[in-house]
Amino acid sequence: MAVDRRALLKGLTAAAAATAAAPAVASRRREAPPDAVGMLYDATLCIGCKTCVVACRKANNLEYEPHSSLWDDPVDLSGRTKNIIKVYHEGERISYMKQQCMHCLDPGCVGACMMSSFQKREHGIVTWKGERCIGCRYCAVACPYNIPKFEWDKAFPLVVKCEMCSHRIAEGGIPACCEVCPRKAVIYGRYTELLDEAKRRLAAQPERYYPKVYGEKDGGGTQVLYLTAREVPFDRLGLPDLGEEPVPELVRTVQHGIYKGFIAPVALYVVLGAVMLRNRKKGGGHE
Amino acid sequence: MSERAVPVGGPIVTPAFRWLLLVCGVGVIMAAWRFLAGLGPVTGLSDGYPWGIWIAFDVVVGTALGCGGYAMAILVYIFNKGKYHPLVRPAVLTSALGYSLAAVAIVIDVGRYWNIWKLPFAWRWWNLSSALLEVALCVMAYVIVLWIEMSPVFFEKWKEGKPGLLRNLALSVSPILDKALLWIIALGLLLPTMHQSSLGSVMLLAHHKLHPLWHTPLLPLLFLVSCIAMGYGVVVLESTLSSRAFRRRDETPMLASLGGVTSGLLFAYVAIRLVDLAWRGRLGLIISSGWLSFFFLLEMALFLLPAAMLLSTRWRSNTGNLFRVGMLVVLAGSLYRFTTYLIAFSPGPGWSYFPAVPEMLVTFGIVAFEVMVYIVLVKRFPILAGAPQGATAH
Repeated sequence: MAVDRRALLKGLTAAAAATAAAPAVASRRREAPPDAVGMLYDATLCIGCKTCVVACRKANNLEYEPHSSLWDDPVDLSGRTKNIIKVYHEGERISYMKQQCMHCLDPGCVGACMMSSFQKREHGIVTWKGERCIGCRYCAVACPYNIPKFEWDKAFPLVVKCEMCSHRIAEGGIPACCEVCPRKAVIYGRYTELLDEAKRRLAAQPERYYPKVYGEKDGGGTQVLYLTAREVPFDRLGLPDLGEEPVPELVRTVQHGIYKGFIAPVALYVVLGAVMLRNRKKGGGHE
Repeated sequence: MSERAVPVGGPIVTPAFRWLLLVCGVGVIMAAWRFLAGLGPVTGLSDGYPWGIWIAFDVVVGTALGCGGYAMAILVYIFNKGKYHPLVRPAVLTSALGYSLAAVAIVIDVGRYWNIWKLPFAWRWWNLSSALLEVALCVMAYVIVLWIEMSPVFFEKWKEGKPGLLRNLALSVSPILDKALLWIIALGLLLPTMHQSSLGSVMLLAHHKLHPLWHTPLLPLLFLVSCIAMGYGVVVLESTLSSRAFRRRDETPMLASLGGVTSGLLFAYVAIRLVDLAWRGRLGLIISSGWLSFFFLLEMALFLLPAAMLLSTRWRSNTGNLFRVGMLVVLAGSLYRFTTYLIAFSPGPGWSYFPAVPEMLVTFGIVAFEVMVYIVLVKRFPILAGAPQGATAH
């Protein structure tokens, strides 16, 4: 019922916003590309050693980020940190959380980017191309996980985010964080196999896990999947409740509804011109 | 039928002009700092709040304030209300200035400005699903269209000037322009319809970061209706202000009848807003959203107040009343836009934004520059209609 109403509303919007608009075609959830790879992070296995953070710096030539001390202690993802371990604690309860790009199946950043600097490329990895980017930061507005980071203190800044070590994968390697993790808390593999593995763990130890694989359907699905402890729901780890609709779905429905085939704008232009011509012939009020 | 537009005349550099120059100069220095040091040290922006006042105010509110030309053109050329014609030129001028300076703000705001030139040319890279791409391309095109619409103003003056390059240019281009102008004006109606609505669509992607009172599939429609209402509000303000400042006959009767149209648009906006919330089952949020409820109610009040005031024909035929209403209309639309892009936007816990001082100084500088160019142009070129009343005497 709710779904029907939503679809109806979208149709109405498109019709209201442009009189000559073709009805919006509801598109379905994107499937993972056949060669999709991904990562599975199991928060119940992570001991917060941050080896992955160091390995990510080395693999991606990122400078250290000392904040309050002499050593590397980034407080969040930033223009110098593509991967971070955070800690959640409430009373006795502690859980670690690894943050990096989620490599969405249907990413907000890709939908946002004017010049397709953000693309979903080989293996479904979401990458950024500097030669196209004008630095408008719409990607950061559109990303529900706040992943794309900007080099705020540089005159010639880059947009920085995890690209799943695509340069290492291209040479037959795997993402640095997954390679070094001593507890195998984050593992790399084919997307479908990781999803199966996550479900297998849920089924094998239902008392251990919160009963959901985050990323299977959230925001249309992500290629990085998460498992968390039973007592620590995903929102405590900072993973938002997005529903199952892909983030760019609504704007696509509305924009395609209005601009399909560019018919509506052209028609409007012709109508406007025709009305003005008629007014001029009638001796209306212009010079 | 309409009176000829004539230059106001008088000295350019007045004490007020010097102050504007100062504000503008400070803005230029701050902007230079931004280009040397990057955006971080000069602004309050962060990865959570990647857009601040340069986008939310200078571009999103600024271009809507530049919708006077669009709103007047709809009335005069589409609804054939020729009586409003004297208001068109000054309205198009404020539009041309508003949009041009929004473009300047964008160049200052984007981090990798050296790639901007690729936007209109690298069509193979265009992401046609991006509402922002449509905004960017339409705004670029519209700036050009607005200055073409303004060009007869310059040609009129140059045609009567000394023989030379400018005069020859005016004489040779004017006839072609006269023929093409209708289709250019039609473009000047199409482009704002497209990009003002798309400015609303842009925030659809903000998804759960934008509060549900503002995040609705009707964003494009609400942005369109509000920008046209703001356009009329700006015309009222601009017309009363310039008749005061340059001591010209005021256009109160004309502006008063404009008030009827504006009132209808404002009521339509409020109706769409409330029906949408009811339809989505979110009416409860109006009172349960904490301090955002306050902003929603303030927005509703700012739209309803002028809408109701304008209903009375007698009340609105007073210049002072009209000015106050124009103010309210502009405030209402500005608040809606500013809230959608900043106040109701929340990237999650731990993030906050308040514009840094240099950031505000850049915005002030841009506004000051806009006012300066307006003053120079109306004093030297035939833009304002009607006989000057002693404005040239001092």
